[in-house]
Amino acid sequence: MLRTFHKLPGLLAAVLIVALALSGAILSVVPALQNFSAVDAPAAQVTVADLAANVARHVPGISQISRQPSGRIIADYATDTTAGSDIIDPATGAVIAPYAPSGFVRWMTDLHRSLFLRDSGRMATGFAAFAMVILCLSGAFLLARRMGGWARLFTRARGTLPQRLHVEIGRFAILGLLLSASTGLWMSLANFQIVSNGLDATAAFPVAVDGGTPKPLAQLAALRAIPLADLRNLTFPTDPSDVFTVTTSQGQGYVDQATGQILSWLPHGPMRRIYETIYMLHTGQGLWSLGLLLGLTALCAPVMAGSGALIWWRRRRSLPRLKHNHMAHSADTIILVGSDGNATWGFARTLHDALTEAGYRVHTGAMNTLGKHYAHAQRMFILTSTHGDGAAPASAAQFMARLAGLKHAPTFPVALLGFGDRQFPKFSQFGLDVAEALDARRWYAMLPYDTIDRQSAQEFARWGRSVGEALGHELVLNHQPERPRTRMLQLVERVDYGHEVQAPTSVLRFAAPEGPRTLWQRLTGQTGLPRFDAGDLVGILPPGSDLPRFYSLASSGRDGFLEICVRKHPGGACSGFLHTLEPGEMVEGFIKPNPDFRPARGRHPVILIGAGTGIGPLAGFIRGNARGRAMHLYFGGRDPQSDFLYADEIETWLGERRLTSLTTAFSRIRDRAYVQDRIAQDAQQLRKMVQRGAQIMVCGGRDMAEGVMESLELVLAPLGLTTVALKAEGRYVEDVY
Amino acid sequence: MKKLIPALVIVAALAAPRFAQARAVTLTTTLRNFGGYSAYVVLYLMDPQGQYVRTLWMAGGRPYYYRHLGGWLRASRGDLNGLDGITGASVGEGRTLTVHTDIADALIDAGYSIHVDAASEGMMESPAEIRMPLKAADAGKVEHGRAYIARFSYTM
Repeated sequence: MLRTFHKLPGLLAAVLIVALALSGAILSVVPALQNFSAVDAPAAQVTVADLAANVARHVPGISQISRQPSGRIIADYATDTTAGSDIIDPATGAVIAPYAPSGFVRWMTDLHRSLFLRDSGRMATGFAAFAMVILCLSGAFLLARRMGGWARLFTRARGTLPQRLHVEIGRFAILGLLLSASTGLWMSLANFQIVSNGLDATAAFPVAVDGGTPKPLAQLAALRAIPLADLRNLTFPTDPSDVFTVTTSQGQGYVDQATGQILSWLPHGPMRRIYETIYMLHTGQGLWSLGLLLGLTALCAPVMAGSGALIWWRRRRSLPRLKHNHMAHSADTIILVGSDGNATWGFARTLHDALTEAGYRVHTGAMNTLGKHYAHAQRMFILTSTHGDGAAPASAAQFMARLAGLKHAPTFPVALLGFGDRQFPKFSQFGLDVAEALDARRWYAMLPYDTIDRQSAQEFARWGRSVGEALGHELVLNHQPERPRTRMLQLVERVDYGHEVQAPTSVLRFAAPEGPRTLWQRLTGQTGLPRFDAGDLVGILPPGSDLPRFYSLASSGRDGFLEICVRKHPGGACSGFLHTLEPGEMVEGFIKPNPDFRPARGRHPVILIGAGTGIGPLAGFIRGNARGRAMHLYFGGRDPQSDFLYADEIETWLGERRLTSLTTAFSRIRDRAYVQDRIAQDAQQLRKMVQRGAQIMVCGGRDMAEGVMESLELVLAPLGLTTVALKAEGRYVEDVY
Repeated sequence: MKKLIPALVIVAALAAPRFAQARAVTLTTTLRNFGGYSAYVVLYLMDPQGQYVRTLWMAGGRPYYYRHLGGWLRASRGDLNGLDGITGASVGEGRTLTVHTDIADALIDAGYSIHVDAASEGMMESPAEIRMPLKAADAGKVEHGRAYIARFSYTM
């Protein structure tokens, strides 16, 4: 629902908003320029009467004096044949230069207000302002939901590049954009007279004037009482029966030219004061520094529009199309999906297709549709992800309320599967909440509650086997999130380790297959490899399988090769295949970005902790550390003689200062130890580094990662810190398998 | 059908005196390239004593801008009544505003005059930039303004 409120105005008004934001950003500079070019204001005691007298001496035919918000004074004059305007020195009344408003500013303002389309254009820009207000408000709520609450609004953004851009730039610009949009909307409403701007009220025109000989300007008492800084506008009388019309920041009225007395006065009403404040906030006229700030945030709007459109498009493209989706009341098998993105829908489709193929009549729908009449249902599956820090995902937002509204638990069994990311402090929290809620309502469970970490197809296939057992026949869930476009990779080098300690591990280096490169590749020096960075994943498809296995990358595309560390697992189809590979042979693979597992930007120290093949991406980070940022490596293996991966390279990197320090722990030698032991020993230095803003990166098996985390909790405790707190800041990141 | 004929006669009888006493006047106002937003322009009729009679045309739709038409505001006391049906869009620079109206014969060659005020946002106000006596002999005569109005004339 909230997402719809964000998506619709965004899609409808994006182009308009970008046009308004860019023209607004350009216009935002104008008040600052005017401010710096304005002549210094004279002493505070200068009154409107003084100025009028001075100007009248220098400007024949003076008809009006105006003071702009920047303090610049403009005098208009008219004789029988000519008329014009001059910029005036406020101290002396002398003419500085003729005044001609900038044609460029007028053109830009016209574009900004009305797209050169007069009233219909003004309606369009008013609509764009309204859309922008809705976008800001819905965006703020979406952001809070995504980050896991208002208190966590400024924690680290995760996700793909467009998502992070949208979050980071959005939270920087949202207040400025909201201010610009809401004030713009008010001005638009005032322009169409839907709200009053209070400008139509004028003081009652005096019934009678003195008509006597006009007093010298400097002696007009009413004008003597107005300090120059309060003046907006003074209009001179056109004949002896006319009056001075004066507008100040307080009100507007008429002054008798013979007596110098005020004849009629109307203080500005509240609507006018509101309008003028809003006008000032929107244009920055009279508040140039705010104007510049708003201009800067307006420049973010095109980036927001672009990244937002990209996010929408990718989400839409990944929407699943279900074949043979039966109606809820006729289906024997119900699949309910809780999803924000569409990854979980993809898994649901895999389940849907497999069950359909097995002869079931399957209905798949959103969790929000719970409570339909399931007349023939014999089983139900619920697949749900978690939004942010434990909230319901979009398609399950009303699930709990609907569940509470059901009178009875169903007679058929249900299997619940939660999707999540173990990197987040509350792993698959919503799945857990649903499990507890179902349990509390005595729903009969077909299978115990299970989870899938980071969309692992392997874990899903394993769950499918348990479902098959419960159904009494085999069920193969071969899930592929959009079959990736693979490339051929050619093995160019392999270094083997660990054979002696029963942990055969190879460092495999791939390159693009030999062959004629395109002219473009030769011109640009491209290697023919896809783009990737150390820490990303490569999915390898072993021959005869469509289920990719993922390996962390130990190199970046700039290195000119693609490197992974693979340990041979007994019975492991892919690792076994890779271990038989000889240089020159090919594999089929594709890149899966993993942008959250990266050294944070900046110069803070990085503590790298890895065991076994977990050193792979860490080695990649060290290799790429040409600038010599402080990097401290903790490596755990079995025996330095056998499985000390990258031993020679590490020596080189230490010499080149790409690596600052190395600490090792080996478990099959006399002085046996694990990395977590070394962490405990180095507690003091580690604490110092964390206090200086260090980031901790852990890569390796699950048991090792848990041991490291426990050990680090003890290290951090004296600082009043926890790994959870560091994780939230992006200062504790894991790549665990 | 028989009933309709007397009805038409009555309408003609009511309309005829009006045509007998009024004259169709076409007022043409051409603006200069003054380098500003489209201008508010008002044409109004003043009597021999300098009192406001009525507005002939108001070019500009937002009443809160009318305070910049100082001559009209002072003469009419900002009277918005009677602007219905004689209000149109503001006039861009270089453009020509043509207004067709009926003016009673009694006002022609009787000391009445046509005034034109103009103003554009952020620029000078120009009250009574044109003051032209309403005389049959002056029809077709061109008057030049000093700020916004390049040419003004009327025909009848």
